[in-house]
Amino acid sequence: MRPFKTLQKLYDEESQVVITEKGSPPRALFYGEGFLQEDLPVGTRVIFPRPPMAGVPNVKAAIRWAINHPEGMDPLHALLKPGMRLTCVIDDISVPLPPMVTPDVRQSILEVVLELAADSGVDDVHLVIANALHRRMTEAEMRRMVGQKIFDAYYPDRYYNHDAEDPDGIVALERTAHGEEVSVNRRVAESDLIVYVNVNFVPMNGGHKSMGTGVSNYKSLRHHHNPKTIRDSDSYMEPKSSALYRSNERIGRNIDKHLKVFHIETTLNNRMFGAPTDFLAKKEEDYTETDRLKFQALRYTLSKLPRAAARKVLNAIPAPYDVTGVYAGATEPTHAKTLETSWKQYVVPVEGQSDIVIFPIPFVSPYSVNSILNPLLVQVMGLGYFFNLNRGVPLVKKGGVLILLHPAYDEFDPEHHPSYIEFFHRLLPETRDSMKLEHKYEKEFAENPSYVHLYRKNNAYHGVHPFYMWYWGENGRQHVGKVIVAGAENNHVPALMGWDRTDTLTEAIEEARGFMGRSATISLLRIAPTVMVDVK
Amino acid sequence: MPSKAAFFDVDGTLVKTNVVHVYAYYAMNRGSVLGMAGRTLSTALSIPLFGAMDTLDRKTFNEFFYRYYAGLSEDRLITIAEDMFEDVLRPALFEQSQDLIDQARRSGCKVVLVTGALDFTMRPLARHLGADDMIANKMQFVGGKATGKVIPPIIEGANKANAIRAYCTKEGLTLDKCHGYSDSASDYAMLAVVGRPTAVNPDLRLRSIARAYNWPILDLK
Repeated sequence: MRPFKTLQKLYDEESQVVITEKGSPPRALFYGEGFLQEDLPVGTRVIFPRPPMAGVPNVKAAIRWAINHPEGMDPLHALLKPGMRLTCVIDDISVPLPPMVTPDVRQSILEVVLELAADSGVDDVHLVIANALHRRMTEAEMRRMVGQKIFDAYYPDRYYNHDAEDPDGIVALERTAHGEEVSVNRRVAESDLIVYVNVNFVPMNGGHKSMGTGVSNYKSLRHHHNPKTIRDSDSYMEPKSSALYRSNERIGRNIDKHLKVFHIETTLNNRMFGAPTDFLAKKEEDYTETDRLKFQALRYTLSKLPRAAARKVLNAIPAPYDVTGVYAGATEPTHAKTLETSWKQYVVPVEGQSDIVIFPIPFVSPYSVNSILNPLLVQVMGLGYFFNLNRGVPLVKKGGVLILLHPAYDEFDPEHHPSYIEFFHRLLPETRDSMKLEHKYEKEFAENPSYVHLYRKNNAYHGVHPFYMWYWGENGRQHVGKVIVAGAENNHVPALMGWDRTDTLTEAIEEARGFMGRSATISLLRIAPTVMVDVK
Repeated sequence: MPSKAAFFDVDGTLVKTNVVHVYAYYAMNRGSVLGMAGRTLSTALSIPLFGAMDTLDRKTFNEFFYRYYAGLSEDRLITIAEDMFEDVLRPALFEQSQDLIDQARRSGCKVVLVTGALDFTMRPLARHLGADDMIANKMQFVGGKATGKVIPPIIEGANKANAIRAYCTKEGLTLDKCHGYSDSASDYAMLAVVGRPTAVNPDLRLRSIARAYNWPILDLK
């Protein structure tokens, strides 16, 4: 055990940024379904997530207060009229990560809203999951999200997944000034009132994206889910830096013009790990002996388990998130408040960019809940999401090196990601150029009857989804000079991605220094929990 | 004008029957009590043999099986086909078959049924599903009576692939853009010849082939 004085010397307790010194402890880093314990070079800047903010003391009271004091709209009880048609649109399983302990905040919101609707004489109520082109949620997942009571009352006739491919289930509204098509789920479009139930896991969620994306279809989504829009986005996490958000905003404003949407947005804190694994959210300098033992035990156990079993273990641990804010009302003023709280939890100010940035990739992503983090999802986590966890200025310098920590195994889930398999094995060997992929193959995958069938009747992501995953990494790919995947267990996955590979993190850092120069600066973003950088 | 087609095997893929059921229906509707009894009995006795032959070799099975049509008149066969569709095929359609076919059409494909069954038995089904065309076996008729022989080449196995290739050439379709759907490893050639194969309700062999080649797997049941 180090004396306290020594530890104090190593880092400032108030700061989430730690500069690695000679006596710094090794870092516990996510590596897919396992962990690595790595000593980092002296001078490496390690950026930790902020500690969890305090949650609201009473979630249901906060929900009631928010719907009675909404932003820019009448209180919800004043909008509910007997005999009206009400539709609650709900964020899908892609947030939060991992799924939160029950009761899920969506359940709490629905319990309040549905009770109020019943008291107001509103009987025609449907619950629609805003899964857009994501996979349909399973019955068990749907039950867990809203609780047994609501599930029993509404499933399956009045509680169901949005179907973006139902030829009779989509209504086209007028186009935006930019010519973007605006399509909305028919039930939603024909409702007198829509209540959007949101979980704002990261700042790119919510706002106009909720309706503009969640209950739309391929025809409408292709206007912003494309390589050009992604290239024009400096960060997905800040509306003013995101062309993606601007397009959603145009579409969303059109929707708001035609439909009455009452948003209920919620923010969560950073309490991603519960009691048995809470040490994962700590700085290693703060580890107790017990934490160290627990980490070694976890690392050893996961390394000995078959990967599928390790996934089961990790997916079985829900996150004890607390709700830090509930806001309701019109789209824009509500979302502005949500963003404020979200940034308060996630943003860590840092001085300047780095030449080399290390991203440990954990086992989960928005698109692999209860599934496998396949190579395209590793790519989207590194070059898409983690690269964009900033407010307009990336952590890595232009032309710098990204190091991803992941085994990069060639494993796909044929049930959830069937079209990913073809995309990865048939298209990537031909080209990695997003523009070419979009032009030559996107429509074919989007319309492939087999993939459409699997999306509509099974639990598969839409045929076009792997393209979106590839585009998502586009601004990262355009920005960095090199990507190295450290600890990749094969050669062909990194090669198909256009990445270098090394066996260890140390070798990756050496190679990156060879590329950027011996004096290259290094940062490590210690995710998870979620952290966003504000580069000054 | 579509540049691609979706080729659907029928038995086991879109409907849960096979040619034996179809023949049994004809036997039951032979028209005379004795004839009916005789045919029903011989069909019933033949079923284990059919099953064994189908497992071993679809081509031999088809040739052997179609001999049972010998002597039946053409107009009678066509009339019975309409009733058989209502009584046998329509109830046997998988719940999601129509959805898949509609989706294929929406994606710009010409819908073509490819079956080892006889064309007249499948015409009502093709009409019901909204298929644009059909590749099927044709019975030889002499003097209005079935001879029990099929006009070669018999549509099965590798010949399904040849027929599809010839069809694409004739219709000006791009084989590489075409979709193929089947439930059986005996249709491997048909699936391999198109650019976009899919296994539907696959048997064990086809399932393992589909897994090996990363073909999508659908379950319409």
